[in-house]
Amino acid sequence: MLTLLLLFGLAVVASVLIGTRTIGVGVFADFLLKRPVPDMEAAIIDQRLVRTLWAATIGAALALAGAGMQGVTRNPLGDPGILGVNSGAAFAVVFGIAFLGMESPASFAILAFVGAAVTSVLVYALASIGRDGATPVKLALMGAAISAGLGSFTSAFILQFSDALDSLRMWQLGTVAGASMENFFPGIFMLIAGALILVFSSKTINNFALGDDMAASLGENVALKRFIIFIGITLLCGTATSMTGPIAFLGLMAPHALRALVGPDYRLIIPLSAVFGAVLLMVADTVGRVIMPPEEVQVGVTMVLVGVPVFLYLVRFQKAVDL
Amino acid sequence: MPAFTTHNSSPAQRVKDLRTRSHRRPRRAIAVLAVAVLAVFLMRVLLGSYTVTFPDFLTILQGGTVEGARGARFIVMEDKLPRAVLGLLVGMAFGASGAIFQLLLRNPLASPDVIGISTGASLGAVLGIVYWGATGFSLSIFAVVFSLLIAVGIMALSSGRGNVGHRFILMGIGVSALAGSIINYLISRMNLNSASSAALWMTGSLSSANWDRISILLLVLAVIVPFVVVLHSRLHAIAVGEELAHSLGLNVAITRWIFIVLGVLLAAVATAATGPIAFVAFVSGPIARRLIGGAHSLTASALVGAFIVLLADFIASNYIASGSMPVGVLTGVFGAPILIWLLVRAQKEAG
Repeated sequence: MLTLLLLFGLAVVASVLIGTRTIGVGVFADFLLKRPVPDMEAAIIDQRLVRTLWAATIGAALALAGAGMQGVTRNPLGDPGILGVNSGAAFAVVFGIAFLGMESPASFAILAFVGAAVTSVLVYALASIGRDGATPVKLALMGAAISAGLGSFTSAFILQFSDALDSLRMWQLGTVAGASMENFFPGIFMLIAGALILVFSSKTINNFALGDDMAASLGENVALKRFIIFIGITLLCGTATSMTGPIAFLGLMAPHALRALVGPDYRLIIPLSAVFGAVLLMVADTVGRVIMPPEEVQVGVTMVLVGVPVFLYLVRFQKAVDL
Repeated sequence: MPAFTTHNSSPAQRVKDLRTRSHRRPRRAIAVLAVAVLAVFLMRVLLGSYTVTFPDFLTILQGGTVEGARGARFIVMEDKLPRAVLGLLVGMAFGASGAIFQLLLRNPLASPDVIGISTGASLGAVLGIVYWGATGFSLSIFAVVFSLLIAVGIMALSSGRGNVGHRFILMGIGVSALAGSIINYLISRMNLNSASSAALWMTGSLSSANWDRISILLLVLAVIVPFVVVLHSRLHAIAVGEELAHSLGLNVAITRWIFIVLGVLLAAVATAATGPIAFVAFVSGPIARRLIGGAHSLTASALVGAFIVLLADFIASNYIASGSMPVGVLTGVFGAPILIWLLVRAQKEAG
């Protein structure tokens, strides 16, 4: 716990100091203490602070969504992507470029959110058909089916409209480089709402882990609670994807790593996942600024470069923890 | 045995009845599937925007030319027939490969598209396009080598004690994410033309079908398929339960590795020939299983795979306005609703 908070602090400082133009620790300290700082440095620190805030927020949101998803589906491979969020968002962006003539990042954000939300509602609705409701297996299969179908439509559009391919290939990398306070505000409220839902549901998720029947006998209204948690997940990952583009793997990995470290209790996994996710995304973003100078590598790419080795290590050397 | 005596027959007899019944349905379903695949194969060759009659087709096959339509020979032998044959072969390979992994790892999500084999092939191809200007056959080599490297990497990382299957899927998803992200990065940095051809290849297309490619694929399949045919009962034994397989005297670990290698090779050579045709490996198993009433069958999965690819290519090349839509787009567009429909129907029956 303490280690995690320490890591969080270090990640914030590193994210502010390190970049194409490095800021000295002393200058940053002066800035924080409101002592005079050269304009150039002050501007850079300002921008980096906003960017760090974005990275931490989006990282926390994606990790929370992943933790909720793994809990509700009782599937350690659960990932917000299973609800078709990324494929829905990508489809909507490409559709908007190809047929609605949209081209600004702001319109991409709206498209991405609508696409993500509509897709996840569709997945959930189709998986709910039948008496036992949206069970984990049905959700996973339905999500994979709809994702793959949408992916095919996306391919069809980008093969026919090369400007759609051109925009999509940039958008789908996922980046926090364009972070600004103005664009932060509509999204943050939805993220907070989603986060609250998940944090207050963590006890319910623990009960879900015992199986639907057991959860019901513990007094949970399984269908209703599952739906509420699903709304929270959709708010979190839909909004996050609309703000930065798709950032893969974080939602899968953060809760998985936490489970290996703190055990299967979701009352710990959920809040700690948020912190861990924030740390991971800040580190990945910082690495992306210096890994291939003079260019920046988008955080969606470095997230995976940083995340996969950690993940492989955990799978290889930690005891397999089942839900 | 007449039905009305079933009630007072011995338990052993009842089990026997049940067994014959459960054997009968798959055989019949597989026969029907085989006929359906043949029909759609002929449809792909004979019908469409350029129609050939069956007698003319036979004449062309025997090396003759059709009176009044000298171009027919070229169109059939250099375009329609190779496409159909290649579609048949890769469809079967994808279908069987997906079913092998799903059965072996006992997880419906464990198809080669999900566990990194197809992504590995795509990464190889994209690297080939970007750094070596690879096309055609050399592109295929890149794809095969990379998917094999990735598969070997996943195997090495996941071997050891404990639940190997579980670890294999996790490692595969991780490696797949890594390869996918490198692909996206490379695509974002290449010029738009290369990006288009990479995107086309990654969708999966039969447009590069020719007899050279088919003969290479056939040669490789001729090595792989006998292993699958001879050993497939062991796969089913493992799928039922590892302890059962042990008690039957099987070496579970070795059998599992053999099938992982076979499944990877099937997926890799098919991917090399056409690109990863979306969704075929993933849906063939579940659809086949549904059609034959819950039993697993590699043959049925292979046939479903071939059916999907052939039908999708027929529609893509004849009924889509631009005429250049790759088959991979259609397999996803059709495969998804079919799978969704099967899932929903299964749910309604259960509910």
